[in-house]
Amino acid sequence: MIKSLNTETRLRHIAIIGNPNSGKTTLFNALTGLRQKVGNYPGVTVEKKEGRIVFDDGSEAVLLDLPGTYSLTANSPDEKVATDILLGRVDYTPLPELVVCVVDASNLERNLYLISQIIDNHLPVVIALNMFDVAKREGLIIDVQKLSAELGVKIIPTVGSKSVGIEELKAAIARHVEPSRKSRQWILPEPVQRECDELKGMLQTMHHLAEPLAFHEAIVLLTSTAALSEHNDRYAPELIDHVKKDRLQLEKLGIDRNSIVVESRYEWIKRVCTSSVVSQRQNTNTTSDKIDRVLTHKIWGFVIFIGLMAVMFQAIFSWANVPMLMIGDAINWMDSQIMQAMPAGDLRDLLVNGAIAGVGAVVTFLPQILFLFLFIGFLEDTGYMARAAFIMDRIMSKVGLHGKSFIPLLSSFACAIPGIMATRTIENRKDRLVTMLVAPLVSCSARLPVYALMIAAFIPPKRVLGIFSLPGLTLVSMYLLGLIAALVMAWFFKKTLLRSETPVFIMELPPYKMPSLKSVFLHMWERSALFLKRAGTIILGVSIVLWFLATYPKTENVSASVSLDRSFAGRAGHFIEPAIKPLGFDWKVGIGLIGSILQREVFVSTLGTIYNIKDSKQESGIMSLQEHLHKDTDPATGLPTFTALTAICLMVYYVLAMQCMSTVAVMRRETNGWKWPIFQVCYMTALAYVGTFIVYRVGILLAV
Amino acid sequence: MARITLNTLLPGEHGIIERVDSAASSIKQRLLEMGLTKGTDIEIIRFAPMGDPIEISVRGYRLSLRRVEAESVIVLKHSS
Repeated sequence: MIKSLNTETRLRHIAIIGNPNSGKTTLFNALTGLRQKVGNYPGVTVEKKEGRIVFDDGSEAVLLDLPGTYSLTANSPDEKVATDILLGRVDYTPLPELVVCVVDASNLERNLYLISQIIDNHLPVVIALNMFDVAKREGLIIDVQKLSAELGVKIIPTVGSKSVGIEELKAAIARHVEPSRKSRQWILPEPVQRECDELKGMLQTMHHLAEPLAFHEAIVLLTSTAALSEHNDRYAPELIDHVKKDRLQLEKLGIDRNSIVVESRYEWIKRVCTSSVVSQRQNTNTTSDKIDRVLTHKIWGFVIFIGLMAVMFQAIFSWANVPMLMIGDAINWMDSQIMQAMPAGDLRDLLVNGAIAGVGAVVTFLPQILFLFLFIGFLEDTGYMARAAFIMDRIMSKVGLHGKSFIPLLSSFACAIPGIMATRTIENRKDRLVTMLVAPLVSCSARLPVYALMIAAFIPPKRVLGIFSLPGLTLVSMYLLGLIAALVMAWFFKKTLLRSETPVFIMELPPYKMPSLKSVFLHMWERSALFLKRAGTIILGVSIVLWFLATYPKTENVSASVSLDRSFAGRAGHFIEPAIKPLGFDWKVGIGLIGSILQREVFVSTLGTIYNIKDSKQESGIMSLQEHLHKDTDPATGLPTFTALTAICLMVYYVLAMQCMSTVAVMRRETNGWKWPIFQVCYMTALAYVGTFIVYRVGILLAV
Repeated sequence: MARITLNTLLPGEHGIIERVDSAASSIKQRLLEMGLTKGTDIEIIRFAPMGDPIEISVRGYRLSLRRVEAESVIVLKHSS
C-alpha cells in the first residue's frame, strides 16, 4: 500500500472521469494495478479512490478516480464532488493537471455530453475511447482521427477489460498535454449568448473567477433548474438581481432557459457524430436484447431473479458457514494455545475473552462479506444489477424507496453488515440512509441461535392445520416480523425524518458484458479490507470494555455464575431489571442483554454462564440449558421465570433491537460519523421495547 | 401525428420528443441531460414485469424510467 499520497505535491495530479457504465473503474485498475488507496472526501460520504501510475521511464503520477457522472451540473453528492474538483472549487484536492475522460464508444452521443462540459473548462484532456470492440462488433465504426480533430483532443481507443490500448493511453498521459486548442463550438441562440457573456464578465470582475469557471457559472446561473436562492451565499446580491432580470428576459422571449443549453450541446454532438461515425449500428436487435427478453420477462424474469437471489442467499447463509466454522476452530485453537502457554490470570483472560473474542467477532463475518461482494461484483459487472432494480422497483417504490434498495435488504437476512455496505449502489443520500437505517431490522443469521434456543425450549412441537409445525411457524413469523418492521420503518422515515420524494428512477440499462474477474476480485478485496480495518478497531475496543465489565470487580473462589452476577455487567443486569420487568424479563435476561451488545449469539453463552453450564456451545450444553430454563423459578413468587410468552417476547426483542456492535461500527464508517449509528441504536431499542411490551401485555390478556 | 405523453406509448412504438415538462426541476434537468432533448427519436422497448418502470431506447442506448416520470415527456407519436 502507498504511504500518504497527499503529502507528495511534486507528483502530477491526474483525474479520471466518465459516465457510469463507461468502464472507468476497469481502466483505472488497468492503469494503476494494485497501487490504490481508498478514503473519504472531507465532510461528505463520498468515497475517494486514488492510485498511482508508473510510467515507462519510472516516473510516477497520482491518478484520482472521480465518481462516475453524466454531467457537471448534477445534484447528487457524488457528482458534486466530481464537478467541484474539475472546477478547482475545493481546497482538499488540487486542480487536476490532466483529465482522462473515459468514453463508451458504443454509446457515443450521450457520453460526449460530459466531454463537451469538460472541454469548456479548458483543462488538458485525453480521451480513452473505451469498449471499442463492443462498438465494432455492433457494426459501429468511428473515425478516431476525425473525432479527435473535431474535439481538438487526443483520443486513444481502448478495451479496458482486455487491457487493449493501456500502454498507448499511459504514453499519452505521460506526455505534456495542452487543453483543446479549439474554442467552444456549440452555439447558443443570440439572446442567450449575449446574457451569458454579460454575466461572465460580471463574474470575472466582481468575483475574480477565471474565464472557464466564469462561463460555467454564468450558464448554471442562467439556465439551472434549481432556485436562485441556492446561489445566494456564493454571489453578491446585485449579481443575483441581475440574473433574476436575465431569467425573466429569456422567458419573455419564449426561450425555455432550462433546456436551451442542453439542446445546444446535443445539437453540436449530433453534428460531430454524423461526421466522425463512419458506419452506424447494423442491427438494433443486439445480444443484450435477446438476453433481456428472458431476464426481464414477465414470468421468467421473476423466476430467474428469485433463483439468483436464492443462490446468493444460500452462499451467504450456508456456504459461508464452512469457512466460518474453520475460523471459529482456529480461534478456539488459539485460545487453547494461549491457555497452555500462559499462566492463569487477568492478562490471559484479557487476551482470550477480550482481544481474541473481539477479533474473532470481526473475522467470522469475513466469509459472508467476501461471498456477498463476490456476488454483487458479478451482478454489477455483468449489468444484471440494473435489471434487478428494474424488476423490483415497483415493489420498493411502494414504501418510497428505489429498486436498488432491494438487494441490501435481502443481503441483511444473512448479515446486516454486508447489507449496509451494499447500499453503496444507491446514489441518493437520503434513500441510502433510510435503507441503512432499516437493514438491521431484517433478521440476520446471528439471531438464529437465540430463536433456536427459545423455540426449542418453549414452543411445543404441535402441528398447525395438519401441515405446519408450530416451531417452524414461529421461526417464519420472526423473519416476517423483521421484514415488515424494516419496510414500515422505511416508509415512516421517508415520510418524516428523511422526508423526500420517492427517488427518481432514471436509470441506464447498460448492455450485458462478460464480467472482468480482476475488477470483481479487486472490488471484493477492497470492501473486505475496509471492513476489517475500520470496523475491526471499534469492535476490538468494545469487546475489551465488555470483557472488563463482565470480569470486574473480581470475586475470588466462587463459581463463574456468581462471579458474573457480582461483576459490573451483573450489577447492570440487576440495575436494569425494573426497566425490563414490564417486558416480562428478569435480571438474568438483563445480564444476557447487556452481554450480547457486542453480538446477539453471545446471549446464549451468557445464559450458559449464568446457569453454570460448562459447554453451552455444544449440543449437550444447549440441551441442559433448555432444562435449566424450564426449571428456573422466581424465588419471590415461585412462578417459572421463563414461559412460552417470555420466550416469544425475547425473540421479538431480538428481532427489533440492534444488539450488534459490528453493525454500529459499519454504520459509523459508512455514514462518516457517530450521529446516525447512535440514532439507529436508539430508535431500534425504543422500537424493541415498545414492540415487546405490546406483545407481553397482549399475551397476558390472551393468557398464553 | 398525435401529441401525447411518453407513458401512453406501447412497446415497439416510436415517438419524437417535443419537450420535457416536469414539475420537479431536477427531473427535467436529468432527463434532458440523458439526451431526451427536442427532436430526439425514442422507442419503447418493454415494460418491467410489474408494468412499471418502462424501458426506452434513446440515442442508441437503453434507459429506464417510471411511468410518473414518463408522463412529463411530451412526444409526437409516429410509426416506423
